[in-house]
Amino acid sequence: MLNTLHFFNASLLAKLEVGEHYYWKIGGLNIHGQVFITSWFVAAALIGVAFLATRKVERVPSGLQNLMEYALDFIRDLAKDQIGEKEYRPWVPFVGTLFLFIFVSNWAGALVPWKLFHIPSGELTAPTNDINTTVALALLTSLAYFYAGFRKRGLGYFKRYIEPTPILLPINILEDFTKPLSLSFRLFGNILADELAVGVLVLLVPLFIPLPLMVLGLFTSAIQALIFATLAAAYIGEAMEGH
Amino acid sequence: MNPTIASASVIAAALAIGLAAIGPGIGQGNAAGQAVEGIARQPEAEGKIRGTLLLSLAFMEALTIYGLVVALVLLFANPFA
Repeated sequence: MLNTLHFFNASLLAKLEVGEHYYWKIGGLNIHGQVFITSWFVAAALIGVAFLATRKVERVPSGLQNLMEYALDFIRDLAKDQIGEKEYRPWVPFVGTLFLFIFVSNWAGALVPWKLFHIPSGELTAPTNDINTTVALALLTSLAYFYAGFRKRGLGYFKRYIEPTPILLPINILEDFTKPLSLSFRLFGNILADELAVGVLVLLVPLFIPLPLMVLGLFTSAIQALIFATLAAAYIGEAMEGH
Repeated sequence: MNPTIASASVIAAALAIGLAAIGPGIGQGNAAGQAVEGIARQPEAEGKIRGTLLLSLAFMEALTIYGLVVALVLLFANPFA
């Protein structure tokens, strides 16, 4: 009964589908095709812009190169703040990829007119609108901080679980599970909530009134990308520092 | 879907999001109030305070969002349906 929510108005502007996907069958697996299409689009856009910006690198940057240098500076500062002056450099690419992918995904979901492209079922939205994407990103973060900890401190990394007292062992172990859980749910919930809210408002009033909410959505989705990247960097930094 | 389960799920979803909004609402109000006070005392630190405030507001918002996720699961992906 409640499986899908279809909101139709006269011009088909507001159609909202939750839990309906465009399935591709690969092997024995059902995969969500619409997420793949949009994430390939996002990845291609990022790679394309990075490629274009680095073709003619000049000493005094202008245009696209300027923008990308600003982005790099921003990400480097973020990583430096969280991981620390000495260790941050190898983690800039990882943190930067997380930030840029999530940021461009969130904004692509809101800004690209996906409704113009028809797919057999489901709808094209931000890739981060699907729990699988966000869980994948969060698990990558988990792997990254385990790797960082092991690499820096070897087996001494496990000492972290019995610090400050061995009584906290269960809580410390639990923390390894709650970190990816909260990371993924936070991102997924925020993006989905934003799209649902915009969808419902467009259903009620199709023109102009939803605009402030859409702008707010752009703002929160940018903040969510920042938070995901900040937390990933903070976890990596925390795993590397000896207590 | 069994009508009892359907109605229970709808009520549970409403309770989940409604109750989950209380705590973060209070927390965000506190944080924003303190930030305003901080800016009033020290207007030159406004940029830094604003950045920290936005980041921590987003953390608090996440708690409501967890409630929302539970509500959405109950409505659209109900395991008992």
